[in-house]
Amino acid sequence: MAITQLSVFLENKPGKLSETVRKISAAGINIRAMSIADTKDFGILRLIVSDAAETKRIVSEHAIVTETEVIAVRMDDQAGALSGVLDALETAQINVEYLYAFTGTKSDSAYVVLRVDNTAAAEELLGKRGFASLSDAELKAML
Amino acid sequence: MSNYYQKEIETASRDEIIRIQNEKIVRQVKRVYENVPYYRDLMDKKGVKPEDIRSIDDIKLLPFLSKADLRDAYPYGLLGTDIRNCVRIQSTSGTTGRRVVAFYTQHDIDLWEECCARAIVAAGGTNEDVCQVCYGYGLFTGGPGLNGGSHKVGCLTLPMSSGNTDRQIQFMMDLGATILCCTPSYAAYIGETLKEKGYKPTDNKLKAGIFGAEPWTEEMRRSIQESLGIKAYDIYGLTETSGPGVAFECEEQTGMHINEDHFYAEIIDPDTGEVLPEGSKGELVFTSLDKEGFPLLRYRTRDICVLSREKCSCGRTHVKMSKPMGRSDDMMIIRGVNVFPSQIETVLLKEGYDPNYQIVVDRERNNDTLDVYVELNPDQFSDKIADIQNREKSLEGAMRAMLGIGAKMHLVPPKSIARSEGKAVRVIDKRKLHD
Ligand SMILES: [Zn+2]
Repeated sequence: MAITQLSVFLENKPGKLSETVRKISAAGINIRAMSIADTKDFGILRLIVSDAAETKRIVSEHAIVTETEVIAVRMDDQAGALSGVLDALETAQINVEYLYAFTGTKSDSAYVVLRVDNTAAAEELLGKRGFASLSDAELKAML
Repeated sequence: MSNYYQKEIETASRDEIIRIQNEKIVRQVKRVYENVPYYRDLMDKKGVKPEDIRSIDDIKLLPFLSKADLRDAYPYGLLGTDIRNCVRIQSTSGTTGRRVVAFYTQHDIDLWEECCARAIVAAGGTNEDVCQVCYGYGLFTGGPGLNGGSHKVGCLTLPMSSGNTDRQIQFMMDLGATILCCTPSYAAYIGETLKEKGYKPTDNKLKAGIFGAEPWTEEMRRSIQESLGIKAYDIYGLTETSGPGVAFECEEQTGMHINEDHFYAEIIDPDTGEVLPEGSKGELVFTSLDKEGFPLLRYRTRDICVLSREKCSCGRTHVKMSKPMGRSDDMMIIRGVNVFPSQIETVLLKEGYDPNYQIVVDRERNNDTLDVYVELNPDQFSDKIADIQNREKSLEGAMRAMLGIGAKMHLVPPKSIARSEGKAVRVIDKRKLHD
C-alpha cells in the first residue's frame, strides 16, 4: 500500500525550514517522518504527516508543495531486512529514487520510506515477498 | 483607423509638424537662454547665441544636457521660469546619484496630461472605460501622469497607486476595470496572482493595459497579454521630460509615437555626440519644445533605440521610436562580452519560465561571474533534485547559446526573489562595490 508524502520546495535560507515545521505543528498536525535533500540554492523537504490534506493547504500558502506516493515498508528488527527489499527491487529493475527511515510508535518497529519509479509494481512485488507496508489508514492509526 | 484624443495634431502633415517645431524651438531657446544661467553658460562656451537658432534644424548647434548636468544644477539650477509660476514637482527615486527634481507650471501639467490622454485613447480608451492606475502616486510620475490623462479622457479613474495586490484585484473585479496602467513587471505579477487565485484570463473585464517605466520584451508582452486576456501597450517617458506619455503605442504595437509637437527627438552616437541619420540605432535625445518649468534642451536619455517615419496604419503621423534596446549605460560587460538583461529575459521566457529573475554579476579571482536566479513555478516543480538540476543545466545551455558566455542558473522557489511591487531589481552588479 502506498502512502502520501508531501514534498515542499524551500529556499535554502535560515528560518525557512523552521517556519514550515512551526506552521504545521501549530495546526496540531503530527510530523511522522521527515527528510531533507538540499543544494546550495534550495531544499526539498519530504514529510509524512497525520493530515496530508490540511498540511498541504497550510504549506501551500507560502511554498510550492506537491503530493508524492511513496511506500513505507516495515523492517523486521534484524540485520539484512533492508538489503532484502533493495535486492528484490533491483532484480525487478525498479529504480529507487530516494529512501529514508523512521521508527514506529512501538519500540521494535522501523519503516523505510521508498520513492521508486514504478510504485504499483513495487507494491505488488514487495507484497508477494512478504514485506508489510503501511497504508494511509494504518499510518493515521499509528498516531 | 483609430480614435484620437487630439486628431488634428496627432494626424498633422509633416510640413505642419515642422512648422510648429520651428516656431516653438526659437521661442524655447530664447526663454532658456534668458532664464537658465546654467544652460546660458553652456551655450556661451559653445559660442551659440539664441539668434543662431532659426529653425528646428539648427538644434544640432545646441549643447547637450546629461544626468551629470542635472546633478550639478540640483535643485534649482535648470528651473526655466520664476518659481511662483510653478505648481508642482515630480521626482525620480534617485538611484543613480542625487535624485532628479522636475518643476511644472500648470501649462506643463496640462500638456503632460494631454500626452497621457493621447496614449489612453490610442489604447482604445473612452469615457466609458474604467481605468485602474496602479503606478505609484506621489513623487513618481507614473501615477499622476496616467491619472491626469485618464481624467482628461473622462474614464472612471481608480487611483489605486502601487502595492496591495489583493486590494488591486478586488477593485479590478468589483468595479469592472477595463484599462490597467502599471509597470509591466507588476502587470505580470497581477497576472500570476489572478492565476493563483483560480481566475481565468476571461474572468476580468480588462481590454487594454498601458505599461511602462521599465524595459520589457516582446516575449513579456505576449505573456502578459495571455495571462490577463488584454492588449498590452507600451508607454515611454522620463521625469526629465515630464513623465510617461512622451511616446506611446498605437494598436499596431510596432513602436511608440513620439508627441512631436511637444518633444523633439534625435538619435546620436553615444560616443561622439554626432546626430545619426534617420533609421540608425543610437542614443535618444529629447528637447522639450514648450515646457516652462523644466525646459531641458537636448537631454541625453541613455536609451538606445531607433526612430522610424514609416507610415503607420493608425493614421498618426508622429515619428515612432522602437522599444529601448538597452541603455548606453546599463549594458554589462562580462568576461569581455556585452550582455543585456533583455537577452537573458528572452531566453527565460522562451524556455517557459516566468519573467521573475535576478541577475547577479560578481568577480572572483579576477574572473567575472554571472549568476541568474529564476523562480520556478508550481507546474515545474519536481520532488527529485536531479530533475531540478537538469532544468538548470538545460537553461545554462540555452543561455550560452544566446550570450556567448556561460551563466550559472539557479532555480529558486516562487516569490523568493525580492521584488518591490513597482520596479523589479533585475541586476545586481557587485563588481562596482569592489572597484
Ligand atoms: Zn500608429
